[in-house]
Amino acid sequence: MSPYEEVILDHWKNPRNKGRLSDPDLVGVEVNPLCGDAVRLELKVADGKVADVRFDGHGCAISQAAASLLTELIQGRTLAELREMKDEELLSALGGVIQTRLNCALLPLRALRKALKS
Amino acid sequence: MMDLAKLRADFPILGRLENGKPLIYLDSAATSQKPIQVIETEARFYREQNANVRRGVYLLSHEATELYEAARRMVAEFLGARAEEIVFTRGTTEGLNLAAWALGETRVSLGDRIIVTEMEHHANILPWQELARRKGAELLAVPITEGGHLDLSAFRKMLNRRTKVVALAHVSNVLGTINPVGEIAEEAHRVGAVVVVDAAQSVPHMPVSVKELGADVLAFSGHKMLGPTGIGVLWAKSELLEEWPPFLTGGEMIREVWLDRAVWADPPAKFEAGTPPIAQAIGLAAAVEYLAGIGMPTVNAHGRELTALALEGLQTRSFVEIYGPRDPKERGALVSFNLKGLHPHDVATLLDQEGICIRAGHHCAQPLHRRLGIPASCRASFYLYNTREEVEAFLAALDRVWEALR
Ligand SMILES: Cc1ncc(COP(=O)(O)O)c(C=O)c1O
Repeated sequence: MSPYEEVILDHWKNPRNKGRLSDPDLVGVEVNPLCGDAVRLELKVADGKVADVRFDGHGCAISQAAASLLTELIQGRTLAELREMKDEELLSALGGVIQTRLNCALLPLRALRKALKS
Repeated sequence: MMDLAKLRADFPILGRLENGKPLIYLDSAATSQKPIQVIETEARFYREQNANVRRGVYLLSHEATELYEAARRMVAEFLGARAEEIVFTRGTTEGLNLAAWALGETRVSLGDRIIVTEMEHHANILPWQELARRKGAELLAVPITEGGHLDLSAFRKMLNRRTKVVALAHVSNVLGTINPVGEIAEEAHRVGAVVVVDAAQSVPHMPVSVKELGADVLAFSGHKMLGPTGIGVLWAKSELLEEWPPFLTGGEMIREVWLDRAVWADPPAKFEAGTPPIAQAIGLAAAVEYLAGIGMPTVNAHGRELTALALEGLQTRSFVEIYGPRDPKERGALVSFNLKGLHPHDVATLLDQEGICIRAGHHCAQPLHRRLGIPASCRASFYLYNTREEVEAFLAALDRVWEALR
């Protein structure tokens, strides 16, 4: 019955890099007050690259799976690269997201963009 | 008893597919589907009877005016009211805004008290919140009990001589609770307060007689009771409609106009400035005729039967949390719930893949959700065209959602 790709179900049930860093360099928080979804991204940076990352949050499977997957996607990449990161990269890594829920999937990416500006 | 198969054939949309599956529409509390009788009545008006009302001296305009006023009489009869007490609006929201504004002009001043409840739709909070802010009045909300009822003893403590308005939902659009309007009105009247009822979720589903209800003002929407969007009804006692100044001013609501002053028309025309939703009012009358033809007690009994079935099924599932009264006799035709640990949007998205439409979100009742300690909920709501089989299909699909996401 699932319109949710296996990737989404997998990350929803087994979130990666969930928790907090003891001393993050960058932090971005994004919430959707309408549905209560919330994602917090914490980054440790070394040599202009993501050395470590954690996410925390609550909400729907799509937003939380996307946050978990995003932590894997950005690990080890340069901040310069991440500033250029397109929505499509996350959406296609999620295996596609249905139209009505794009906003949920992109919530963690907005948190990342906030972190990069922080 | 209704012949459901025959009745469902009146609703063309029920024949469509949703995500490749037969549509199971369980969101009538948001808006109902429309029978062909309503669709055709509105279309026929545009095809054969269209003209502006109260303006032309030609026959076509006269006929359109007759149809529009006949619609008003039809709605009045449906509510046990008089036609002069029926103001056509755009919907519940506009009706409540009109009432709040007019009561602000006539009854509420600095230091006065307005009482709403914790279970209100935003449409029955914000107009009062704004009024309180403009006038420097205080706004209090009657709390709800754990069982999802209004806490009447808290309400009694709030009532004082300075209470000018008590505004409440007849039926909650989230908890489903049927509120004891009569009892509340009796107490509110003792201190001279005006009782305003949001009947958006009651008039479509149960017999409502304004004479018996005990309220002074009542608002509802056509689109939730088989009628078109863009049309609603505000009923108020004549003395209030006489006393209230007009909310909107312009054409069709005046007797005489000078450049520096005007004489308003009598109610209800006084409150219907500009070209009204003519076709929609006539469509609403067709909806009322359809409902009256079946009989509101029958509509009510059917909704209760489906709600009881849904409640029973939800209660046997340990992964479901239900909000509102457990007894279907204390409820309108809807049930709000959550699957433990799952977000309502995930539940609704997965159900939609099976063709099942439910509502997920805060249902325009954020203070209530905050009170319940949840960001959002799922809501299944039922109407006369839904079947027991659809409720069973919904319950079975919930098991699959739980399996997929738990
Ligand atoms: C209890 C209640 N009040 C008010 C409204 C607002 O109705 P409308 O949007 O038709 O003005 C609704 C429906 O959305 C409702 O359920």
